[in-house]
Amino acid sequence: MTFFSRFNAVSHQPRQERWTFIALTALVCLLSLLPIGRLAVEAIAGSTSRSFIEVWSQPVALRALVNSLETALGATILAMLLGGTVAIIITLTDFRARGYFVFLFVMPLIIAPQVMALAWLQVSGPSSSLLKLLNLALPLGTRNPLYSREGIILLLSVEYAPLVFLTLRAGLRTIPRELIEAALAAGGSRFTVLRTVILPLVTPSLVAGMALVFVSCLGNFGIPAFLGIPGQYLTLPTLIYQRLSGFGPGVLPEVAMLSIGIGLLAGAGIILQEIMQKRRDYRVSATLVRTRPFALGQWRLPVELTLWLLTILLVLMPLAGLLATALAPAYGVPLTMTTVTLGNFSYVLFEHGASGRAIFNSLALSLTAALVIVAISIALGFFLVMRRSPLLRLISVAIELPYALPGVVLSVACILLFLKPLPLLGISLYGTVWILLLAYLARFLVLGLRPVVSGYLQLDHSLEEAGQAAGASFLTRLRTIIAPVLAPSATAGGILVFLTAFNELTVSALLWSSGSETIGVAVFSLEQGGESAAAAALACCATLLTIGLAAATLLFRRFLPQGALPWRD
Amino acid sequence: MARLILDSATKSFGKAVVVDGVSLTVEDGEFLAVLGPSGCGKTTLLRLIAGFEALTGGSIQVGDRMVSSATSHIAPEDRRMGVVFQSYALWPHMNVAENVGYALTIQRIPAEERRKRVAAALETVDLSGFAMQKPALLSGGQRQRVALARCLAMEPALVLLDEPLANLDVHLRAAMQDEFAAFHKRAGKTMLYITHDQAEAMALADRIAVMDEGRLLQVATPSELYRQPANSRIARFIGEGMVFDAKATGAALAGRCQVSVLGATATLRCSSLPRLGEKLQVCIRASDVHTATNNDTNALTCRISRLTYLGGHFRAEAIPEAFPGEIIRLDLPEPCPVNTGDTIAITIRDGWILPS
Repeated sequence: MTFFSRFNAVSHQPRQERWTFIALTALVCLLSLLPIGRLAVEAIAGSTSRSFIEVWSQPVALRALVNSLETALGATILAMLLGGTVAIIITLTDFRARGYFVFLFVMPLIIAPQVMALAWLQVSGPSSSLLKLLNLALPLGTRNPLYSREGIILLLSVEYAPLVFLTLRAGLRTIPRELIEAALAAGGSRFTVLRTVILPLVTPSLVAGMALVFVSCLGNFGIPAFLGIPGQYLTLPTLIYQRLSGFGPGVLPEVAMLSIGIGLLAGAGIILQEIMQKRRDYRVSATLVRTRPFALGQWRLPVELTLWLLTILLVLMPLAGLLATALAPAYGVPLTMTTVTLGNFSYVLFEHGASGRAIFNSLALSLTAALVIVAISIALGFFLVMRRSPLLRLISVAIELPYALPGVVLSVACILLFLKPLPLLGISLYGTVWILLLAYLARFLVLGLRPVVSGYLQLDHSLEEAGQAAGASFLTRLRTIIAPVLAPSATAGGILVFLTAFNELTVSALLWSSGSETIGVAVFSLEQGGESAAAAALACCATLLTIGLAAATLLFRRFLPQGALPWRD
Repeated sequence: MARLILDSATKSFGKAVVVDGVSLTVEDGEFLAVLGPSGCGKTTLLRLIAGFEALTGGSIQVGDRMVSSATSHIAPEDRRMGVVFQSYALWPHMNVAENVGYALTIQRIPAEERRKRVAAALETVDLSGFAMQKPALLSGGQRQRVALARCLAMEPALVLLDEPLANLDVHLRAAMQDEFAAFHKRAGKTMLYITHDQAEAMALADRIAVMDEGRLLQVATPSELYRQPANSRIARFIGEGMVFDAKATGAALAGRCQVSVLGATATLRCSSLPRLGEKLQVCIRASDVHTATNNDTNALTCRISRLTYLGGHFRAEAIPEAFPGEIIRLDLPEPCPVNTGDTIAITIRDGWILPS
């Protein structure tokens, strides 16, 4: 009797931890490694179908490649100028109300690109109420100037300037005040100090931010879909989308070659970003003094006004235009106190079947994804940080990939993986809502994991050990001690996942099927079907929810590790 | 029955041997302090006993239960050992009562009994009115007492304390020392107390185990440790002992032996019986050294090299004229009879011959 009870005591509890570890490792492999691995197999076996070179030597593929590179490079430079300037002014000068400004400036990160594109189309076209008011509207019948390469570059740069801003700001914050003060004391003027001391120190951060923007632009689907497809200006993601939606899974081998190409291109960007992040000199980050050495003096108000106006023009004005379109009775009818109507809202919310389904699907999918990812992240973070599992640390690199690589790459990988019925079960996930859920889990896991990991890094290990000494088993400790203590970080991660998944278009555009529409897909189809007012109304609903939720998180910001939420200063 | 037996317990991380063949028996109800400088392996020793780390070699036994060996390892959650952490490790999302009753909830003890035991534990540490408070609102000393109550409530076989006073300020530390002594008396648990503070260890422990570089140097009562250190390392570490070379000049008699040290003759305590003329090492403390009176035939002439005022008395460093490489420390009363640079005659009244 004693023998058996002791035997149980020896093996039972660690077994719980061991099985959790095994299950978790299997799950992460399934989500993160399997799709990318399947695509890699396709690449190696590519010779059986049309070969890589053959696919890529078609004029249409080359044209798309050139277009992708043009727009991505152009937008990267523009985003660097915009985000870099703002980061330097916000971080190094006595700019006021910086918290509100940062929230507004990084808002494009949480607003879906397709919503941004739709909004910009509303304010720039011939029927723009705003331009009409200023007497600047183009004559009716003219083509909206945003349907062009330059339009795509402009919008991509507005969308991703916050990424440059955030990485550069993080870099600027690690410069010790003394280094700048020593240069000033040596007699350098502010611009000399900026040029000779500050910028050289933050160059790695800047290059890392630019590489990140480049990869993001390369993978962006929403903006070239709205602005490029009407003028047949195709980038690689929109080309892949057109092929798949026009010809179905039959073109899968060809599309796989295309997405391997774009994946390799993005991979080069990711590697550059990693190298640059590592090159940051951590020796200078010992003293984290908030440095604001440059008083703007008499330029303070002009600089503040310029930045606020620019950001309002780039971010708020398009959204106002979107709202105006949504509130107008029909597209092009001027919005006045007498014509204002909620008809478009009630149409998309209650009458249009696909939109209603889309709202339900997006809510259900993103909520499920957020909850599952939070649960996985808490367990995963435990083994990554507290147990420092070498195996999981290796695998955690793979967790980054589905998010870092362009969405079309993951989507095509998922189609390849799930098109055939699952072995043993005989069910095909392709064409169901479950393939979307799996793709969301794979793509957004890293978003939920990052805040949880930084929460774990701040956790006193003895809290968990005290639970162990009190006799609590592994899962009990996870549930009653670790999860409550990490709740703020985990919630931040969950909200980040929810918002990103809720506004998602790239993955769902390739994986949706009738009945499993998402909001992104519904807005896209409405706009393509000419129902701009309805599309605007649906986009407004999604955006209001997004911004509201992001603002609500600021209420519990003081419980969060620094940097857990990008929109928090 | 909670006798703790360590048999050649060894722990290495890669090539570094952190705990090196420690054998030790802590008797039931005993309060044992493990004393050593930081990095000596004492915290790892505690973590081995608690089960947070697995042994590389040897074994650990509690009562008749083998908890750790190189091949088997009982998980910490199945050991029922109370651990008091240096950082207190109170769960911030639970109030004081929930913290204290956590282990009882885990053991599925009925709510009524749980409430009683939590109340009793809180009363023991004099925190009855604080049951509903969150730990964040408590002072350092109160938090430490909650940690003690939490440990007490689970009625552990063995209590392990990891530098529990290191985070408190000096005044609080003295008060908490009394608490720990009273706690031990009331609870009667076997306690293993890790500390780097020898005054704390002396004040609290029945026995002290001195550790350095992963090895156990000596296990003895505080008085034995002070009066009869086992080797020169302990002699220097405990109570700032001075170690000098000496030679036996007389036969041992009634635990004492005459030696020649620094050119003077002194009669010192010893455990073994040194042979005549044997080379020895002796441990002398400042309190053993006195200024010589005119009757002292064995006075040493020294030059005062340094005087430090310690409040009420001076600590003097004196260099013997015959041995300019050595320094003798002694206490001088206030007002100080000498100045720096003066010569002084001193005599060694007591000391300990280190066992060879």
